Amino acid sequence: MIKIKKDVVVIGGGPAGLAAAAKVYDNGIEDVMILERDFELGGILPQCIHNGFGLHHFGEELTGPEYSQRFENEVEERNIEVKLDTMVLDVTADKKVFAMNKDQGAMEIQAKAVILAMGCRERTAGAIGIPGTRPAGVLTAGTAQRFTNIEGYVPGKKVVILGSGDIGLIMARRMRLEGADVKAVCEILPYTGGLTRNVVQCLEDYDIPLMLNHTVTKIIGNDRLEAVEITEVDENMKPIPESSEIVEADTLLLSVGLIPENELSKKADVVLDKRTNGPIVNEGRETNIDGIFACGNVLHVHDLVDWVTEESQIAGEWAAKYIKGDYNRTSKKIDVKAGENVSYVIPQSIELEAEDRKRIPLYMRVNTPLQAVDIALYADGEKLYSFSEPFAKPGEMISVPLAQKTLDDLDEISEIRVDIIEKEGE
Amino acid sequence: MSKDKYDVIIIGAGVSGCAVAWKLARYDLDILLLEKAPDVATGTTKANTAIIHAGYNADPEKQKGRLNKKGNVQIKDIVKKLSVPFEQIGSLVVGMEDDDLSVIDELLEKGKKNGVEGLEIVGKEWLQREEPHLSDKAVKALWAPTAGIVTPWEFALALAENAVVNGADLKLETEVLDVYTENDKVTGVKTNKGDFAADYVINAAGLYADDVARMVGIEKVDIHPRKGEYYIYDHAKDFQINHVLFPIPTKISKGIVCTKTVEDNLLIGPTSDFVDSKEDLATTCEGLDHVFEGAKKMFPDLTLNDTIRVFAGLRAADTTEDFVIEAAENVTGFVNVAGIQSPGLSSAPAIADLVAEILEDEGLTLNEKKDVIETREEPARFYELSNEERAAYAEKDKDYGKIICRCETVSYKEIVDAINGPVPARTVNAVKRRTRAGAGRCQGGFCGPRVTQIIADELGIDTTQVRLEQDNSNIVKHKIKGLLGSQGDAE
Repeated sequence: MIKIKKDVVVIGGGPAGLAAAAKVYDNGIEDVMILERDFELGGILPQCIHNGFGLHHFGEELTGPEYSQRFENEVEERNIEVKLDTMVLDVTADKKVFAMNKDQGAMEIQAKAVILAMGCRERTAGAIGIPGTRPAGVLTAGTAQRFTNIEGYVPGKKVVILGSGDIGLIMARRMRLEGADVKAVCEILPYTGGLTRNVVQCLEDYDIPLMLNHTVTKIIGNDRLEAVEITEVDENMKPIPESSEIVEADTLLLSVGLIPENELSKKADVVLDKRTNGPIVNEGRETNIDGIFACGNVLHVHDLVDWVTEESQIAGEWAAKYIKGDYNRTSKKIDVKAGENVSYVIPQSIELEAEDRKRIPLYMRVNTPLQAVDIALYADGEKLYSFSEPFAKPGEMISVPLAQKTLDDLDEISEIRVDIIEKEGE
Repeated sequence: MSKDKYDVIIIGAGVSGCAVAWKLARYDLDILLLEKAPDVATGTTKANTAIIHAGYNADPEKQKGRLNKKGNVQIKDIVKKLSVPFEQIGSLVVGMEDDDLSVIDELLEKGKKNGVEGLEIVGKEWLQREEPHLSDKAVKALWAPTAGIVTPWEFALALAENAVVNGADLKLETEVLDVYTENDKVTGVKTNKGDFAADYVINAAGLYADDVARMVGIEKVDIHPRKGEYYIYDHAKDFQINHVLFPIPTKISKGIVCTKTVEDNLLIGPTSDFVDSKEDLATTCEGLDHVFEGAKKMFPDLTLNDTIRVFAGLRAADTTEDFVIEAAENVTGFVNVAGIQSPGLSSAPAIADLVAEILEDEGLTLNEKKDVIETREEPARFYELSNEERAAYAEKDKDYGKIICRCETVSYKEIVDAINGPVPARTVNAVKRRTRAGAGRCQGGFCGPRVTQIIADELGIDTTQVRLEQDNSNIVKHKIKGLLGSQGDAE
């Protein structure tokens, strides 16, 4: 077994890993290695051939491969070591990374810091327990996207999509462009889980029906999918049997949620947040394990890659500081709490000394769609400030800056809380 | 190496047919095992509770009762020789406060009659110690230490592989359409791949055993499919179950079982509902609810958060609710191995022995061959190896270094070996059964396209021809228009 020593090992060469690795390098730590399981860098981006990436980060609209290429270039320009087709099988709390690939076999890499950037996986038909059979033609939207855009094969011709997450919406349009008859996108909730722009550009522009309050209640067909039963649900999400209809389909794509891939994190004793299914981190994106950082979709599922980049650069910067010994905790840790209507806030704590920092971005999601909201920050229950937004949706992450000056002006507080509430009378 | 004439043709490569082939391949006989599906073990054998029962529950007056305990003992030797994952974790029939606890004592007596060893009544303290998550309403149980768990499809596969390496012919995707007789004696079978002559035909056609029996005019075999639905969970981390746990049984069912599997998943099920169609493998809302509610009675803390798969299987139940293993009365050389439901998996080797005896009675001479290959080389199972062991494998062969399935840690080499094994895997599910690629929490979301491509490459077929399981289950339909040149279409 090859034994290697590295300052920083980044697990995952998707947008999170690429941005984090480049940032580590730019902060003076050049001994960085990226481990990527696929044959190319970019994670999920190479198969996201639609546009809409980079509006926040670059101020222009890029496709997934283009967005990825910019960061692949950054990594290449810096001569950062990349191992492709390399699967990490184990990470320990003392930062030993065990990985394998065909050419080198097994390797054990002792790192000073590890950045977890493994991304997420899709929830499956089995996980949500859709009744019926288990034929060919039932697959997750992301797998179908890979087959279509990377491998060059179309999974089917008559398509129903369950779940209105962004991948589901994007794949509705993609299958339509490949000549498939996309019968419907079913969403069990009364609102879509994806971005508004995707509902407009992927469904409305192509006359693909979005069936809110509807779900697939049966998968039919023993060998190949033949049909699905679509049923309306009541306000408690219980199917209304008399509303069932059978829709002929040879393909059912599932876009029913993403789950951060934290199996490796757990091996390293990283503690996870029950709401995000990702590690609990401080503002430097360090987990409970000393020197193990996390960023991107392994930390919490993002809707825009731009936020992944921002977050990963934060993780990269602090990982570099950690190695340089420029990483000190303040005397008092501030817990960051999700308040009213907020499902989670990242980071979960603020505890690092930072001299030149202007603001700390707080990432959050609401747990229900809201109109005309006030987003309010509280320090130990005292309101700091608030600002208005026309709406807040669970599918769209909100980034709220917390000014460093505000923090500096506060004495010894122990908690920051964010509430997002609808303004009265509107 | 196909022959025109065989001594014995076995119809159906489920666990019973495979066990019979395994047994008969030890003798100087020409054997043909026929299976209509593209792989062995794709019927009842692949969808059950995966338990090697101790044998206390079966009626001693029935074939089930006579064969279960015998099979249980034989299996422990076979799994060692054939390198099949098996764990003797023991089973419990758990009585709750409000249950009729006298049933447990009755089972103990029945078990003793069946010759089951080690049976013991245990109390609340024992249960709480051994199964910390078990409901505190559990007060008394029958402990059967000889029960175990096995990977059923791998058990059948190992038996089939061993039969093949000992000279048996196996023909997949070969469906028997008729059985030929002359002067009330079997002469062969008609299949979709042509005719095969034989002096003896074994009907191990599972759900379709009555259809096959009717081909020689036997009406008494009457298979009524009875469905069982299940949930399977991701590898147990927070929630360990250490033994096979049954509730107090009813007349026709052992109730909702909670067990771990050899691969350390949790398995709960099955329901027990007669269905009209032998093709009805659909799970249902009501069935799955029933399974979960049943499991919750035993383990109140159980949630559905970590389930990765639901499935249903069909028991090939005969109306007699017993095995029907006997020579036909009206035709010489035809033997039924029908009605094989639970404890069929546990009884498989004993069923094979019985079939051999029946064949001898029917006039077949059984001469033991020399140089019978007794063992099967243990396939690499990366998911259960230490990192050091994985490293050693990768040093021997670079193809072990390439990991294809992340959830279950399956290497490229394991997949290629499965496709080129003695009973070759030709479908995505066949690869899954042999290697576990795609059997994990992402259910092939990541490795599915890769496994599909490896199968296409190894078999030299177009990607659009790669199937999930049966005919017409192609993974992808056609190539993207124009992008990659030639038009391939699965239809």
